[in-house]
Amino acid sequence: MADRQYELVYLLPPDTTEQQSTELHQQVEAVVSRMHGQIDKTENWGRKRLAYEIGHHKEGVYVLEVINGSGELMKELDRRLRVMDLVIRHMVVRVDEEKKVVDRTRTKRQSESERRRVKRGLPPTRQPGEGRSHDMDDVEDDRFDGVEV
Amino acid sequence: MAFGQGRSGGGRGRGGDKKTGEKGQAQRRTLFRRRKVCKFCADKIDDINYKDVKLIGPFVPERGKILPRRISGTCAMHQRKLQTAIKRARQIALIPYVTD
Repeated sequence: MADRQYELVYLLPPDTTEQQSTELHQQVEAVVSRMHGQIDKTENWGRKRLAYEIGHHKEGVYVLEVINGSGELMKELDRRLRVMDLVIRHMVVRVDEEKKVVDRTRTKRQSESERRRVKRGLPPTRQPGEGRSHDMDDVEDDRFDGVEV
Repeated sequence: MAFGQGRSGGGRGRGGDKKTGEKGQAQRRTLFRRRKVCKFCADKIDDINYKDVKLIGPFVPERGKILPRRISGTCAMHQRKLQTAIKRARQIALIPYVTD
């Protein structure tokens, strides 16, 4: 079965040391490699203000891991992260299918516009200085103003 | 440069000839309402991602509720995608559930 792609985001308390976070990352890595997956990319967003308090924390360190692997692997990871005291919040999201759809629509739109431009006798890509300038655009863009929910 | 010309002349889909019939009616309602356009369709944003707080932020007003379609003008498909994105962002505390 082809691998699925997942995104794992977890939050650590703001007073986490560098060492602790790398340790945790290694633990995640160990689980992933043990269950025949691989980490595609790791991003550390650093300290951010939380939108609401989680266990008396007002800030948190965000870490994002993009993981290729099976559903069982993510289940195991999820279980482990749930138990860990260091992680104050985590979330796993499957992304491969959405990504596919996005790519498809993007390429479709591009090829469509190229086709139309060629039909009109223009070069397939937009030239610099072509089309209307955006100065006039959205001068009165007050879409959300005076809105009550 | 004439201001009115620039707005109605362009074939951009918003404003323009379709509205002329409607216009008298709108003025009778005393309040002129601008035609609402789906932001994601207009800007050709394919991916509404939960990580992109800057993109989602305007659709979550002070109170923390999701801005309804009738106000933001978002199309059904994009509102659905926006909804999942906002709900995901809430889970990891990027966006509040409620604020009072």
